[in-house]
Amino acid sequence: MAEFLFEILSEEIPARMQVRAGADLSKALTAGLTKAGLTVENARILTGPRRLTFVADLPLRSPDVSEERKGPRVGSPERALEGFLKAAGLSDISEAEIRTDPKKGEFYVAVMESAGRDTDGIIQDVIPEVMSNFPWPKSMKSGGSSFRWVRPLRGLLVLFGGAIVDVEVGGIKSSNTTIGHRRHGAGPFVISSFKDYEDTLEGKGHVRLSHEDRKAEIKSKAMALCADKGLELVEDEGLLNEVAGLTEWPVVLLGDMDAGFLELPDEVIRLTLKSHQKTFTVRDPKSGELAAHFIIVANQFAPDGGDTIKAGNGKVISARLSDAVFFQTEDAKLKLEDYYEKLDTVVFHKKLGTIRDKAERVAVLAAELAPKVGADPDLAEQAAKLAKCDLVTQTVIEATSLQGQIGRLMFEREGGNASVATAIEDHYKPQGPSDAVPTDPVAIAVALADKLDTLVGFWAIDEKPTGSKDPFALRRAALGVVRIILENDVRLSLNETVYKQWFSIEDFIVTKDVSLPENINSSEVAELKAELSLFQKREKVDRGLRAWASLLRVVGQQNSPLIAFILDRLKVYLRDQGVRHDIIDAALTDGQDDLVAIVNRVKALQAFITTPEGENLLAGYKRAANILKSEAKKGELPTGDANLPSDEHGAALFKALEIAKSEISVSVGQEDYSKALTSLAGLRIPIDAFFTNSQIIADDTAVKNNNLRLLGMISDTSRQIADFEAIQG
Amino acid sequence: MTAETKKSLSFQDLILTLQAYWAKQGCVILQPFDTEVGAGTLHPATVLRSLGPKPWNVAYVQPSRRPADGRYGENPNRLQHYYQFQVLMKPNPENLQELYLGSLDAIGIDRDLHDIRFVEDDWENPTVGAWGLGWEVWCDGMEVSQYTYFQQVGGQDLDLVSGELTYGLERLAMYVQGVESVYDLRYNDHGVSYGDVFHRNEVEQSTYNFEHSDVEKISKKFEFAEAECKALLALDKPLPLPAYEHALKASHLFNLLDARGVVSPTQRQEYIKRVRDLAKGSAEAYANSEKNGETE
Repeated sequence: MAEFLFEILSEEIPARMQVRAGADLSKALTAGLTKAGLTVENARILTGPRRLTFVADLPLRSPDVSEERKGPRVGSPERALEGFLKAAGLSDISEAEIRTDPKKGEFYVAVMESAGRDTDGIIQDVIPEVMSNFPWPKSMKSGGSSFRWVRPLRGLLVLFGGAIVDVEVGGIKSSNTTIGHRRHGAGPFVISSFKDYEDTLEGKGHVRLSHEDRKAEIKSKAMALCADKGLELVEDEGLLNEVAGLTEWPVVLLGDMDAGFLELPDEVIRLTLKSHQKTFTVRDPKSGELAAHFIIVANQFAPDGGDTIKAGNGKVISARLSDAVFFQTEDAKLKLEDYYEKLDTVVFHKKLGTIRDKAERVAVLAAELAPKVGADPDLAEQAAKLAKCDLVTQTVIEATSLQGQIGRLMFEREGGNASVATAIEDHYKPQGPSDAVPTDPVAIAVALADKLDTLVGFWAIDEKPTGSKDPFALRRAALGVVRIILENDVRLSLNETVYKQWFSIEDFIVTKDVSLPENINSSEVAELKAELSLFQKREKVDRGLRAWASLLRVVGQQNSPLIAFILDRLKVYLRDQGVRHDIIDAALTDGQDDLVAIVNRVKALQAFITTPEGENLLAGYKRAANILKSEAKKGELPTGDANLPSDEHGAALFKALEIAKSEISVSVGQEDYSKALTSLAGLRIPIDAFFTNSQIIADDTAVKNNNLRLLGMISDTSRQIADFEAIQG
Repeated sequence: MTAETKKSLSFQDLILTLQAYWAKQGCVILQPFDTEVGAGTLHPATVLRSLGPKPWNVAYVQPSRRPADGRYGENPNRLQHYYQFQVLMKPNPENLQELYLGSLDAIGIDRDLHDIRFVEDDWENPTVGAWGLGWEVWCDGMEVSQYTYFQQVGGQDLDLVSGELTYGLERLAMYVQGVESVYDLRYNDHGVSYGDVFHRNEVEQSTYNFEHSDVEKISKKFEFAEAECKALLALDKPLPLPAYEHALKASHLFNLLDARGVVSPTQRQEYIKRVRDLAKGSAEAYANSEKNGETE
């Protein structure tokens, strides 16, 4: 084994890309070397603003490989032998060995030896391959070269066993030198091993090579500086990662700011310091309030102890916070509601009107949803209108990520209703799979209405997500709807809600949501469409819904595409929680659209199906279904209801089914799915008895047809709860 | 010696120093372009010359006009007319970063005392169909320059990548001189301030831009510039240079209308698209002519 040391030096790599790039480089190099037959041991990757460094132990050569190819039996026809020689690359059959096998007898084997290679040569192949196909999120060309890297490439240090391996990538030739920190040890330094590399750079080169080391050092020094002043660092992992990616030699400094700025909302100060200046805020551990200091992470020490750096940063922060104060003062000249009219100047989407148009639609829907989530409709309407108002305040125009927070603060200062204030901030939630969902009833109503309006709107203008493209984050909106409903136990018919919201989108006709197959252009569809257009008013929603449902049935769709899209998100959500996908499919029957009921059904079914009763019932169901399927292949199945069979076991099953059917219907109505499943499980004994003792495919056609109808009853009865056909096993 | 004890550069010396420095690196020193532009990048010496296979190194000062940013000379940081210093090196030399840092040394920024950082900031200008990767350069947390490696201009991949540097001169001078208001900048070392030179211009131009510009006539001028640009591009042998000038004129005229607050959000999108079509069309025509060697 010998040490392989590889450093890629470039101009500053964006902080957010470094750690990922390190992992990608390590993975690709290891894969390439392994594929060439080398075992990679003690691999380590180090990342920083200007360099990615990989070190590992590799054998000196890849091993010799002997590959065997089995050929035809001795004495096989000429043609078979020729084919074998060609495939194995032999010129005469005498080059093949003859082996014996008790079954096969004597047969030919070609043994192909390929010699191992020097590791140097493998490294020379792997490095250009890995670097030319590197998965940077964004890459660039430099000068006249066509090679792409994240920023211009400046150097390649490639050593194997201490000796330079000659490689050229993007016009840069490998060497045994590197450079250090720009101010404190530029170099160049000649390097002989990783130990030498580490000692040199961490020493006179002034480069902390490891991202984790820089993070740990910044954090502990920042905490110590704060503690000296009796203060506490406001920790921020994202910012810590970023500054660790912006510094080769981090030097932590405590700066001062004018205490007058502490009048600003904490969020504004924190955001200004973090996003614009990449500095940490500091707080008083007793009161929890922000202190008039900040933590800077500089990339160098300075002869004046960092005073100039502190003063310079302080000045920029003052200017930024002065702007924020100015914006806050300007914004506060009007009440939050006074910004409503101005929402008309911001376009939500060209085809869906302005933000004000959207707020109007959301307000109507939020008021309708309010009673279902236990909120006051007037408050929900008010909150929906106020929720977007801060988008046109100067503070939010300058710092978009404060949307919601600024509106909430302004409304609180005006002494507004607390639930409405919460809804203004929380209606954007959940912003991602790990974000919390709103829990205040008013916030739930507005958040749901906002997301549903977005979904209906983009469906209306046919801007659905396709493949990986989802520019309007509609999958996130749909998952938000699913989570808000389930985590707050909201009972809602999605069909009805979505259907109503179509009418809020101007000039939109409901039939756009249904993709009508071209061959279906019957008068029935035309009639239903005409009927629908008559009922496109909120007050006629019942008749409209019925027409819509009929239309869906005629075109053979279980759900409209938007409902199906939301249900897809539900499936993903449940799958992430470990629910079997076939059970979800089984529970999603008959155009159900009450997500809470669906999930209750899924859970009952999941519990039932793993019990012995469940398994047996499923076996019985499948047996019945299989007979029906094979009979259906022979000809059409008999229609109509079954009569009481004349044989004893058939009659017992018939009676049991009639009882179970009505029991299940009652239980399902009460959403007691466990009880419904228990009734179903009770059918197991009569089903088994019927299969064991009766001749189902009877010689008498009338008896046979009645038996088949009886099997159909089993299927129909089960279907009231779930489509057992979809369940595997 | 620290920056505070050393006498800092006046505004004009800052410009002269940067010009002398970049001249020494082989740049052609141009004088400002004589049509109003919103940013130094839009000078044809940058946008158009970055296209095609011919090497080109240039540096120049360019006044930038942003009518809506006028504050009647009352805001210490905002101006409707200010200067940018622009450097373009095509192809970008391997040591451009070092050359840039050398320019900071030249204007008296002591890099032992000041923390210089390259922070990711990619650049995009849809109006001329251009984008590139690069950084904002920070000095003690303040952005002092924009540094970009052009990748596409006029919607076309570039034969040679240019390195572009933009210095915001007033901001940089305020930092070097340590003053709080742009009007307090020392313009020279003979008692003339930036305010002496430009304050009245800011007041009068703001008054014109916000109160007196003739909306109807400016709209007509916009139409004219647009028609002229299109006509020049529609010629059998298009004339991209004058066409591009008319695109820039149209852009400035739109900015004047916008400053008057007479452009609705919908109209705004419309205008931006029209300007974009002109500028992009001109850049494409220029790129094509460079490719076909028509200028040889």
